[in-house]
Amino acid sequence: MNLAAQLPVLPIIIPLIAAPLTILLPPRRLKGLLPYVFATLVSWIVFAASAALLHSVATAGPISYHMGDWAPPIGIEYRIDLANALVLTLVSGVAALAFPFSYASIRAEIDDRQLSMFYAMALIAMVGLLGVVITGDAFNVFVFVEISSLSTYALVALGAARDRRALTASFNYLVMGTIGATFFVIGLGLLYQATGTLNMADLKIQLAGESNRMVEAGFAFILVGMGLKAAMFPMHLWMPNAYAHAPSAVAVFLAATSTKVAVYVVIRFIYTVIGADFDFAGAAFNWLIAPLAVAGMMFASIVAIFQDDLKRMLAYSSVGQIGYMLLGVSFGTEQGLSASLVHLFNHGLMKGALFMAAACVVLRLGTQTCAGYAGLARRMPLTAAAFIIAALSLVGVPGTVGFISKWQLLAASFDSGRPWAAFLVVGASLLAVIYMGRVIELMTMREGAGGRTKEAPATMLIPLYILVAANVYFGLNTEMTVDLAERAAVALMGDAR
Amino acid sequence: MRDEHLILRVVIKLMFAPILLFALYVQFHGDYGAGGGFQAGVIFAVAFILHALVMGLEETRRVLPIGALRMMMVVGFLFYAGTGAATMLLGGNLLGYDAIAPHSTHHEGQHYGILLVEFGVGMAVASTMLMIFYHFAGREPEIRDEDW
Repeated sequence: MNLAAQLPVLPIIIPLIAAPLTILLPPRRLKGLLPYVFATLVSWIVFAASAALLHSVATAGPISYHMGDWAPPIGIEYRIDLANALVLTLVSGVAALAFPFSYASIRAEIDDRQLSMFYAMALIAMVGLLGVVITGDAFNVFVFVEISSLSTYALVALGAARDRRALTASFNYLVMGTIGATFFVIGLGLLYQATGTLNMADLKIQLAGESNRMVEAGFAFILVGMGLKAAMFPMHLWMPNAYAHAPSAVAVFLAATSTKVAVYVVIRFIYTVIGADFDFAGAAFNWLIAPLAVAGMMFASIVAIFQDDLKRMLAYSSVGQIGYMLLGVSFGTEQGLSASLVHLFNHGLMKGALFMAAACVVLRLGTQTCAGYAGLARRMPLTAAAFIIAALSLVGVPGTVGFISKWQLLAASFDSGRPWAAFLVVGASLLAVIYMGRVIELMTMREGAGGRTKEAPATMLIPLYILVAANVYFGLNTEMTVDLAERAAVALMGDAR
Repeated sequence: MRDEHLILRVVIKLMFAPILLFALYVQFHGDYGAGGGFQAGVIFAVAFILHALVMGLEETRRVLPIGALRMMMVVGFLFYAGTGAATMLLGGNLLGYDAIAPHSTHHEGQHYGILLVEFGVGMAVASTMLMIFYHFAGREPEIRDEDW
């Protein structure tokens, strides 16, 4: 076997085979360490493979892998360029931290007997998300979306051991997610009807110059379907409950990856499949995506201010952040696209860190209401410090990743002649100051009930601090993210022409 | 209880083996005609579901315990995914079944490959169907509070 040639499928096939093996590992022997250690190792291998892919794509250009030796457009093609290599690294990187992180948290929150099943499902959810990102075949995207969604519904429902509302949250998510997937596949069907192909690159060629109602309807269906999955305003209502009631470790992984992957799909379809020069896409930018992005930014941030439940607040903040990403996309310029790719990556880092800190608090204090955070800086100083740094990053303080993505977004809005967008971005950031500041104020200024509590175990604190460090590192050293995102944006725009 | 539904029980016992045989026919004929692993798996599971309907779930569980089903699900899926991965180890691409019989002039490897994959599908579908049935049929009517 030639490892280098097979590299593109390794992130998919390794966890896919590992997942059923995880089911066989005894969940109760050795305190459930076996499935945990096995799944963690798998996630690390996957991360190594993804990093190797990113390196190879950054130095040697896009990779195309033909499934079963069937040449595209007939066969399924895995096509990896800078844009998906970047998202791939984010997803597998967060997974490589979320799996080691999960042990103490998940053992406290779900039934021991379900531990092996939990890790198997988590691996499958990861496969699905990675597959969506890696594939170059439009229908394959749908298949992987379903793989990740179905396992995610079950993962969210596992929160029922702690709070029964997880069941309704999961069911809501199931209904909305299925509607989204159905819309997406209807859109694909229309495009297939128009062109007779499902390969993304081939679709682009076939659709060039084509502009009829069927293609337009197909594009609209795809946009709405993926918008639902991405929790694009106003289709976000499934998300706050799903994140708030899912087991804490699941929320970490989902918040940092799943909506980001859906945003990536939107970008991929707009640029690689439809082509941004397609009149209809241009109209969608100005009259649909931009207004909804702005509405999401403002509305979700305002709603976040009034949340009592910390995880719900973070989820509403995610809806707002998705707005930033879509706003960048809607500029239709290289800079805007690059800004939204940078933010996609950076937001994964900050939301991952915030949800991890929240999981530590749930483990030790058993609460996720904002009021429960009173005096946290004295009770759990390490966790509180991590939360504060991540929160500053979310607000966009210089020296953190949040600043980089907002700076990019501001620059892009001025350069594309949309100064109003810059003011809205700053306005939404001020709202973020209010909702994050409220919690920080509670943590640092107020006296909480009870004295100093034991910190979360090292298995949780180390991944948390690695993510926090990444928030600062990529905030100071922008070479990797911004540089790669700019090149990815140029390549995507090149695709579109 | 033993004497009830005598006719049903005898008929099911008579039907049981032919149903399994028909499942295997659908499984292996799937290569050339209608059928394949999914349908065969369902038919295979139907035999056991019939058995459970008439003899009672406990009896069926004694024949095919839930642990065995879980193992079948895993092994079936591993056949399915493993065949694709095995071709990678043999030097081809993922799912490149030609690598199974590299010297064949008429793509023999494709036949072996799909046969193995369909076998895996059949096994996984049959065991999953039964697993779902076991869980629905064997569900306790009232869920206790501490089971949540």
